[in-house]
Amino acid sequence: MEAELVYIALAALFGIFMAWGIGANDVANAMATSVGSKALTIRQAILVAAIFEFLGAVLAGGEVTSTIRKGIVDADSLSGSPELLVYGMLASLLAAGTWLFIASKNGWPVSTTHSIVGAIVGFAAAGIGVDAVQWGKVATIVMSWVASPLTAGFIAYLIYQSVQRLILRQDDPLAMAKRYVPIYMFFAAFTITLVTILKGLKHVGLTIDLAESYMLATAIAIAIAIIGSIAIRRIQPDPKAEKSQHFYTVERVFGVLMVITACGMAFAHGSNDVANAIGPLAAVVSIAQTGEIAAKSALPIWVLALGGGGIVVGLATFGRHVIATVGKKITQLTPSRGFAAELAAATTIVIASGTGMPISTTHTLVGAVLGVGLARGIEAIDLRVVARIFVSWVVTIPAGAFLSIVFFFIFKTFLP
Amino acid sequence: MRPIFTVLRGCGVYHDDLDSRVAVIPLRPEIGAWRDRRMTNMLANIFGSSPVRPLEKHIGIAFRCAKQLHAFFAAAIKGNWEKATTVRGEIERLEHEADDLKKKIRLGLPKSLFMPVPREDLLELLLVQDKIANRTKDVSGIVLGRKMKIPPEIADQFLEFVDRNVDAAKQAKKSVRELDELFTAGFRGAEVALVEALIEELDRIETDTDDKQAALRASLFQIEESMNPVDAVFMYQVIELTGEIADMAERVGRRLELLLSH
Repeated sequence: MEAELVYIALAALFGIFMAWGIGANDVANAMATSVGSKALTIRQAILVAAIFEFLGAVLAGGEVTSTIRKGIVDADSLSGSPELLVYGMLASLLAAGTWLFIASKNGWPVSTTHSIVGAIVGFAAAGIGVDAVQWGKVATIVMSWVASPLTAGFIAYLIYQSVQRLILRQDDPLAMAKRYVPIYMFFAAFTITLVTILKGLKHVGLTIDLAESYMLATAIAIAIAIIGSIAIRRIQPDPKAEKSQHFYTVERVFGVLMVITACGMAFAHGSNDVANAIGPLAAVVSIAQTGEIAAKSALPIWVLALGGGGIVVGLATFGRHVIATVGKKITQLTPSRGFAAELAAATTIVIASGTGMPISTTHTLVGAVLGVGLARGIEAIDLRVVARIFVSWVVTIPAGAFLSIVFFFIFKTFLP
Repeated sequence: MRPIFTVLRGCGVYHDDLDSRVAVIPLRPEIGAWRDRRMTNMLANIFGSSPVRPLEKHIGIAFRCAKQLHAFFAAAIKGNWEKATTVRGEIERLEHEADDLKKKIRLGLPKSLFMPVPREDLLELLLVQDKIANRTKDVSGIVLGRKMKIPPEIADQFLEFVDRNVDAAKQAKKSVRELDELFTAGFRGAEVALVEALIEELDRIETDTDDKQAALRASLFQIEESMNPVDAVFMYQVIELTGEIADMAERVGRRLELLLSH
């Protein structure tokens, strides 16, 4: 029994380290869009991120966690020797963590999701056997990496086009903004709550049928839209500031909207990325406790909470500086643009989380920003950097795989 | 549009349009800058440096430079060369400031940038904006260098002409200041109508400077017999060069119009 405790302790340690890394680095992308557009102060952004990342992880993080935990490796091929999966998951966590560390030291734009998936595929294929990998599922995941930025880009393009047509190009943009922004609020709140209710609440032990889910999501979304429009109504034009920038007050209206999409973004990020840290941890815990690979075992809620907590700690210790730096650099994302990107990305990510697809939230956000850019919404996007980002994930998968194979054989030799 | 400056070369005020065109090719970013960029986050890096605010700032400086001409010529007419030298110093400082900003904007606009409007059009806009400051420096240079006497018969008329040119520069500034709103609205809708109206007004001012220029030349023609021939020739040149400030302002308007048609 001693060995099992060691496994859980190691897995928890690596898992927290990974979650801390996600909180320190990845969250910045989700939140800095709001800080950069001055919709939130850094303090508010951290508070929003802490609450909604945690909620997202606990309420909607289950599906992706389950994919990472048992969707990639075929459990049947391991039924005789469950300890191999323990070594493999430990190796994957360590490999992904190491690769992310190397990458961020060198400033390479790599994705947490791509590293962990590459690592799991790596140890399973090399350490157990090529047949141990559920290649069909892996192919779906890789497809989702292509599809998610494209989807987010497309949605962002449509949203920003509609904003331009309905509001920014009108004779009285402020009146139009006050009329239409609550509708955007409704849609933002509706999508995110609906996916949460449909996919998340069963982890907490609540079951609601489909019709009720839609009604509940609609009710919550209407409530949020009403609160939002009260906040908007309070905004008075500032003639002095508007003299140099006609859209000054309009952007402040969008700023209120962006508070909502920022919550959605943090929630979406928590629901998808926490799995990268706790999926392997959950697998180890389950095997260590039962001694076998139980395909049906439920995900302990404390594991999700641990992941959510790790993200919040990472955010508080290191993330705030990253948010501040990134926020300063993306001033081009005014609230009207930033909200379009955030809403598109959050929607895409939450839907992916609901279907259990581990996607890269940052790549999705980059896709959304490009979508706003294609709608002629962004002043300048550096295509060299975009190319580097999309090339980097091709490198990340073999790198994560290689490291995890090395760690796997080390663990296999030295661990009991 | 471009006058021949051979006459002026002897005075050392020749204008180096060609040189500034060569500099349009962006320099390779320094290794140090590249490393800074690597160290930061990927989302932050996909936003290139936006040229919009810097362009607005640049026309502001160019206008402030042109605005000095009133004080400069007022001093020159009075023969107060001490004051004129001070103002000329300020003109030179502003022209340098505009030049530095121009270089910085160009360096921040590599070919890999994806923008809603062609990069070339923005660079051309920057170039004509800069020429407002250049012409101001040129004309003040000749006047101060030769300590030119503006004939008192046409002094008032000349000062009025200068002011109208400064008005054109001001209107150009006002139009360029709408760039960020144009980008936000995606170059469509109400904002475009607003900028078109500003440019129309700019054109009216420019036509007015042309009329004033013709009238001023006629007045100078009346009295040129009484002047030193070399002074008269240079006086025509000064009128010509001053008039080019409004011409450049008008070209700023044309460039903006090209952006609107995208």
